[in-house]
Amino acid sequence: MNSLKTTYLGLQLRSPIVVSACPLSERVDNIVEMEDAGAGAVVLFSLFEEQIRSETRNYEKVLGATSNAFAEAMNYFPDIEEYHVGTSRYLEIIRQAKERVDIPIIASLNGMTPEGWVEYGQQMEQAGADAIEINVFFIPADLRMSGVEVEKLYVDIAMRLKNHVKIPIALKLNPYFSSMGNMAMRLQETGVDGLVLFNRFYQPDFDIETLRVKSSLEFSTANEIRLPLLWIAALYGRVELSLAATTGVQTAKEVIKYLLAGSDIAMTTSSLYKHSIGYLHIMHKELMQWMSRHQFTSIDQFRGVMSQQNISDPTAYERANYIRILETNG
Amino acid sequence: MQHKVVTIDGNEATAYIAYRVNEVCAIYPITPSSTMAELADEWSAKGVKNIWGNIPEVIEMQSEGGAAGTVHGALQTGALTTTFTASQGLMLMLPNMYKIAGELTSAVFHVAARSLAAQGLSIFGDHSDVMAARMTGFALLSSASVQEAHDQALIAQAATLKSRIPFVHFFDGFRTSHEVNKIDLIPDEHIRAMIDDKAIIAHRGRGLSPDHPVIRGTAQNPDVYFQGRETVNQYYLAAPGIVQEAMDQFARLTGRQYKLFEYIGAEDAEKVIVIMGSGAETVRATTRYLMAQGEKVGMIQVRLYRPFSAKDLLEVIPKSVKKIAVLDRTKEPGAPGEPLYQDVVTSMAEALQTSNWDVVPVIIGGRYGLSSKEFTPGMVRGIFKALQARVPKNHFTVGINDDVTGSSITYEEFDLEDTQLTQALFFGLGADGTVGANKNSIKIIGENTDLHAQGYFVYDSKKSGAQTVSHLRFGKYPIQAPYLIRKADFVACHKFNFIEKVEMVPYLKEGGTFLLNSPFDAEEIWNQLPNHVQCQILEKNPEFYVIDASRVAESVGMSSRINTIMQVCFFVLSGVLPKDEAIAQIKGAIRKSYGKKGEVVVRKNFEAVDAALAQLQRVELQGRKSVPSLYKTNGILATAPEFVKEVTAAMMLGKGDAIPVSKLPADGTYPTGTTKWEKRNISDRVPVWKPDLCIQCGNCSFVCPHSVIRAKFFHQEYLSQAPEHFQSIPINARGFPETQYSLQVYVEDCTGCNLCVEVCPATSPENRDVKAINMQSKEPVLEIQKENIRFFERLPVNDRTSLDFSLVRGAQFLEPLFEFSGACAGCGETPYLRLLSQLFGDRLLVANATGCSSIYGGNLPTTPWTTNADGRGPAWSNSLFEDNAEFGLGMRVTVDQLSQVAKNLLEQLRGSLDGELIDEIICAPQLFESEISIQRERIAKLKVDLMKMESIDAQHLLSVIDHLVRRSVWLVGGDGWAYDIGSGGLDHALASGRDINILVLDTEVYSNTGGQMSKATPTAATAKFASAGKRVGKKDLAMQAISYGNVYVAQIAMGANPQQTLLALREAEAYPGPSLILAYSHCIAHGIDMEKGLDQQALAVACGYWPLIRYNPSLRKIGQNPFVLDSLRPVIRLKDYAYNELRYKILEQTNPEEAGQLMELAQEIVDLRWNNYEDMASWKPEAFQPVA
Repeated sequence: MNSLKTTYLGLQLRSPIVVSACPLSERVDNIVEMEDAGAGAVVLFSLFEEQIRSETRNYEKVLGATSNAFAEAMNYFPDIEEYHVGTSRYLEIIRQAKERVDIPIIASLNGMTPEGWVEYGQQMEQAGADAIEINVFFIPADLRMSGVEVEKLYVDIAMRLKNHVKIPIALKLNPYFSSMGNMAMRLQETGVDGLVLFNRFYQPDFDIETLRVKSSLEFSTANEIRLPLLWIAALYGRVELSLAATTGVQTAKEVIKYLLAGSDIAMTTSSLYKHSIGYLHIMHKELMQWMSRHQFTSIDQFRGVMSQQNISDPTAYERANYIRILETNG
Repeated sequence: MQHKVVTIDGNEATAYIAYRVNEVCAIYPITPSSTMAELADEWSAKGVKNIWGNIPEVIEMQSEGGAAGTVHGALQTGALTTTFTASQGLMLMLPNMYKIAGELTSAVFHVAARSLAAQGLSIFGDHSDVMAARMTGFALLSSASVQEAHDQALIAQAATLKSRIPFVHFFDGFRTSHEVNKIDLIPDEHIRAMIDDKAIIAHRGRGLSPDHPVIRGTAQNPDVYFQGRETVNQYYLAAPGIVQEAMDQFARLTGRQYKLFEYIGAEDAEKVIVIMGSGAETVRATTRYLMAQGEKVGMIQVRLYRPFSAKDLLEVIPKSVKKIAVLDRTKEPGAPGEPLYQDVVTSMAEALQTSNWDVVPVIIGGRYGLSSKEFTPGMVRGIFKALQARVPKNHFTVGINDDVTGSSITYEEFDLEDTQLTQALFFGLGADGTVGANKNSIKIIGENTDLHAQGYFVYDSKKSGAQTVSHLRFGKYPIQAPYLIRKADFVACHKFNFIEKVEMVPYLKEGGTFLLNSPFDAEEIWNQLPNHVQCQILEKNPEFYVIDASRVAESVGMSSRINTIMQVCFFVLSGVLPKDEAIAQIKGAIRKSYGKKGEVVVRKNFEAVDAALAQLQRVELQGRKSVPSLYKTNGILATAPEFVKEVTAAMMLGKGDAIPVSKLPADGTYPTGTTKWEKRNISDRVPVWKPDLCIQCGNCSFVCPHSVIRAKFFHQEYLSQAPEHFQSIPINARGFPETQYSLQVYVEDCTGCNLCVEVCPATSPENRDVKAINMQSKEPVLEIQKENIRFFERLPVNDRTSLDFSLVRGAQFLEPLFEFSGACAGCGETPYLRLLSQLFGDRLLVANATGCSSIYGGNLPTTPWTTNADGRGPAWSNSLFEDNAEFGLGMRVTVDQLSQVAKNLLEQLRGSLDGELIDEIICAPQLFESEISIQRERIAKLKVDLMKMESIDAQHLLSVIDHLVRRSVWLVGGDGWAYDIGSGGLDHALASGRDINILVLDTEVYSNTGGQMSKATPTAATAKFASAGKRVGKKDLAMQAISYGNVYVAQIAMGANPQQTLLALREAEAYPGPSLILAYSHCIAHGIDMEKGLDQQALAVACGYWPLIRYNPSLRKIGQNPFVLDSLRPVIRLKDYAYNELRYKILEQTNPEEAGQLMELAQEIVDLRWNNYEDMASWKPEAFQPVA
């Protein structure tokens, strides 16, 4: 019998296929279904500090304008003090999920302020999350900000959270660092437990009729896996960090590729949206079939075999290889 | 026994008991009782149990009549059942109350006693309603304070179960229902001890059951009905004793002893006042004060008014008494006296007859305190003084100046000095959190210290920029002072521009503390104060402090919420608590309130506390003298009509109490168009027009809820007289050479809602954030715009007959005859009314159901319906809540009848008048504006001839001839009226076939009374009484009306399609039969940022939730499909619209699973309805009902 067990952030997972942060996990029933379909763990949908602040602000604005303002109506909504504004609903989902499933529940935090990272991180820990994936969603639009300052920001956040939270922390990164490898090393020094490669930046679009910026997010496609694949292969064995791959996991094929590159787990969302949560069954089946075909009985047997340090020609991951491709094609 | 104190208001104190001792509660919201029902519903939803461990069932009905019916049914089948109501609500319950009492059924109705609508509606407190119920057979038990209301709610329950007589337990609306006070909470053990289980079992045993059937509610004949009525006598005779027994048992349990009639005063009192309700507390305190001065006075507080026990009354009246004044808080026009007075007189007369009394004292009756009119110690002293007269004035009034019939007695105000008491007054804005913070302060002090606390809050009648005055007292002893503070130790002004409008400093004690939220610091402030305020301050010589609370709030990210900052200043300056303790308590309260929202929010509030302490500045008064003020006052009132100057202005300035009877109209008839004199200046930011970007589309004025944006076009030659900064541009319509277009913003009337900016489609090519209209600070443009407005008003009004107002672009030039109402900033209803007034205003009759639209449309002091230069405009009236369709139909019937009378008279007088003119008048087509204009000319011409004639027929014709200009009758109201309480009448009016137009301003909830569910509330939304999300679908009123075949029906949403709105209103008016327009009206009760109200309307249509439709029977007549679907197929999901609103979001946050399921259900309903509508839009005309 093949074993799909893997270790991620020090957590024992029964499978390397993990559901990444997405709105599907807003319903605990879905999380239960993900477990039933074989998911190794679930990363909950992201808690956005900005959103919480904005919701709280709106809530206060709306209620402030309508409470105790008119003789006939002291307020306009039932049971005003019991609304779950802020983090309480998110924390309740952690608590409920922990009660109903056995697989690890990883909270996802997208902070904005130094206090926000720590406060919400601690709340997630107290609610029972097994780990926290932090998502530093930062666009250095301030042109005076140097790359060093940007990098420091990531390091500071990681360090701050590690100082205040005991459960494992994974940092979800974007690929736009001048030296990703060095950045990984620096983050490792902060004590974080793993890296998730990579998040997809919000990239605005324009509506040419209204001349307004519009936002839309499209699902990743399988051919987007190459960048994370590159860096997982490059980092595997060279950093003492758990590595998670995300982006482009549509089928078991991408999972296998990521594992071969050296990731501990591969995360997927778009496949579940495209098919259903039950599609995890098929991915697992295909992964097992591939392993059988290749006579692997455990993940460890093939994890990282295609990483930079394990392949016979390490330059295949470097510029020299790129030039060779060009020459071949030319 | 554990002794628990709480600081709650009278409504909560009452509901607390009612909930614990009942099983069923059927209600309908009505001010000021709504809170009791809402609390019961909340507790039920949370699973709070009654004393028997069950969760009471709370059901909201469609009217008080419905609630009473349900109560009756629940009682008849054995449940312990209660209800809460007031005023007209109690009136609607009367028929059932006779039945319930006639059947000797135990129940308690808790009533927050309120005025009845007579010459005008009033939401405030008096005993008119309960007095109208005194003949129903219900017992009437009166409570005078928050503690009494709590205690007697239980005594009433105990007594009703034992006596079998149903009770109305009442207390004064607002004065007691809304007063927050510190009370002892009755523990459940005591509640249980008061309720006799055997009596409950007996009550259930009398319930109808097929297992032991009986028949009740028979029809009786002359042979036995009379005797049947007399069967209950023994129960009524026994009831007073039972009530007293319950009071005595209560005293044994709690130490608080009540009596049916309670005497306080000198043993040898010669003058006694008899009174019930909260006024009794004032009389008691004043009596004690006067006794201490050596006066032989006393007072009797009546608690059990029905059954009236003369024996018990006589027992407490001291034999020494020579004169008695009986006070009634009600008026019974034409009666020999008010009810309590008559009962006392009768009791004494009977006592004389039966030799129980030797000499009947002089007894006089008086009226006081109607509609929460203040009742003060000064008035009480005045009454005692009036009793000194040899022949005291009978049937007197106190508290007003009746200079017509001379009923009023004189008095001088004085204060019952209490050095132990700290009294504080806070003048705030409704939206700034002042009242909330003060309620919080009372809780802090009342529940965390040994001090007693009392809070009472006075609101003005505006929904935007409303003023609130908080009256707070703190002291070592229970505070029983149910009247406003006149001399305060502390006065705080939370809004700087109140300085001019509101008298505040005169309320200060000498040497008290005055705190002013001011943009000017301690150095600058003096010169910025109006001169009269400087003088007042110098006279009172207070400790004077300023703080720029708005800036402090802004600096800590709290926007305009200055409440915490001002609260901190109060605690620091008032010395009610030691400063450090006060700060600790405030921070504790902040953590309790905001803890769930996270540390960041808590910290923000803590920062506000610290910043307040740092920024508070003392103003040195030594050496100050009154200097010319830099403060700019508004002198517009000087040009107002006399009535406005004398009466309306006094009300606006808070001096309405001093208006004598002679100045007021005797029949409730008031001049229209008075909002224009108020200039409330409530917004610091106003729209400013950028003509260079403007495309003259008219959208901004079309959506403006307060008619603040006006458009005119005019010949360019007028510009020669224009002020320097007046703006205009050439009009961009063809055929108007040398013509300028101008858009004028009435900045002093703007509420700053931002809808105009949101809707403006014209943006700067250089900066997309700059539009053709933009919000800017008002201060720099105020004087310029005032001058511009004066010029703009001198420009000629555009001739209606030359306008194409079938387009929004053209409609902007129609003069609005509904302006500057007190509706909420960004109101979703008022733009429809403004448009109505523009389209048909000069021939408009409006029947307006009670609700938001009757409050912002008709609440004194100023009203928004106005007139044009010819003096024509909408004639508006509000009858009741439930009868508006019938009321409006009555108007139509009159119009039709008097038109016919006019036509008949024309025929009769044909020989004396121009026959051709008569034919033209009778046959005049009046569909178009030009035709109506010509008809007016004809009638004017005819009037000239008629006025020369002396015959009575000519005079009759003159009195009705105006009916021959086509009148437009509109029945306006909200969904609470149309879907619920007025549903039956509305249905009947639609079925009448008459030419009426019904405009339903559909906010999908009871907006005016605070967000209770109606049958228009949509699936998946929460509302009060639907806190778990509404599971039932919204009634499709449009389809109901369509089913008649001959009703014009439209569903409109101005924010989605203004052109369709315009078209529908015009078609409905032109249609010569009944019309129904359902207008989507966004509302603060939706929990939205009101700036986005129009966006939400558009989304409601875009998701298919609110399809835009028109059903025009006229099309069916000419062989076309009468059903037109004006909106496009849904392009978004329901949730993409719904979850922008708190009413939906609440459930998503509290119970996401349930929210998800309900949203799916709601989506299914939307899809189904859309499909049905789409189907109908493609039917052949024959598939629809034919029209006669």
